[in-house]
Amino acid sequence: MTEELTSQRRGVPIWVQVTVWVFLVALLVIVAMGLQRAQQGTVQPGEKIENFTLNLFSGYEYSNKTQVAMQELRGKVVVINFWASWCKPCEQEASEMQQAWSLYQPTGKVVFVGADYVDTEPEARVYLKKFGITYSNGPDLATKISQYFRIKGVPETYFIDQNGVLKYVQVGPFASVQEIQNILDPLINQ
Amino acid sequence: MKKILAITLLIIILAGAFASIVFAQTKIPTDDDVNRIAKQLYCPVCESTPLDVCPTEACRQWREMIRTMLTNGKSEAEIKQYFVTQYGVRVLNVPPNPWATYFVPGVVILIGAALLFRGFQLWKKPLATVSASDKQEAQPVQQDEYLAKMEEELRKRK
Repeated sequence: MTEELTSQRRGVPIWVQVTVWVFLVALLVIVAMGLQRAQQGTVQPGEKIENFTLNLFSGYEYSNKTQVAMQELRGKVVVINFWASWCKPCEQEASEMQQAWSLYQPTGKVVFVGADYVDTEPEARVYLKKFGITYSNGPDLATKISQYFRIKGVPETYFIDQNGVLKYVQVGPFASVQEIQNILDPLINQ
Repeated sequence: MKKILAITLLIIILAGAFASIVFAQTKIPTDDDVNRIAKQLYCPVCESTPLDVCPTEACRQWREMIRTMLTNGKSEAEIKQYFVTQYGVRVLNVPPNPWATYFVPGVVILIGAALLFRGFQLWKKPLATVSASDKQEAQPVQQDEYLAKMEEELRKRK
């Protein structure tokens, strides 16, 4: 005797199953992306830096322009220093940064740019004057640039080569001008 | 002489009147005025700390900035807009477009919940298994003579 089982299973429609799974997978992807971003740290050396524009404080312009775009600086080594007037560790390196700028400015091969992170302009100006800083400086408006670099705090300094590739990241203040020179000299001569 | 005295008096009165106007324009905002705006803003570098209670140096500077802007006659909206431009929308305690911020995710969550509810509802329904052999086996239970005899024997033994 052969038994023919005709089983009719009344379950969840396929479209509901697919939708639920799509929702779950999307949720997991979003969580994974968030975790990955949180653990990523700053932009890593070797990455090509995209073009961005920094508005500059009056009196701290670059070639008499009130804005500086990364693209304009191709062919030169770019040093981007994130700082804030309320940041005490930034004060430790402020003089060293200015001294380094004074050393390299005559060569025309290096550009220093200061990005003032979540700060107020009057206090920032007091800070710049106090440390005699003369290189281009401007506010990181809406923290767009610091978000791009995924900075973890201030001070942080990024060294970008002539081709727009990030070569070195300094987290925390420099202790001496020599430290800055040790990074810049090989970049200039490469 | 009387004429000179009258003119001098007039000048003094006018000077006094203008001085009072100048005094009214340079009213210094109180801490309450500053904090009324500061508590609507969040510190961009500290986690979830309103600006009016944030103890850091950065927050102190931002409160001073609010005071300066109030002194300069800026309105609350202008001050908030300045902070948004400088530090991004994350400084606001209420998002600039609450409809998009709350309503859209709410709708998405409701749709997801409805789909899940419908899914679980369908999952909970018992399986309806229709089998040709089941039908055949159901009927012989009553017709099976052997089984009927067994049941009869069991009843007698009781």
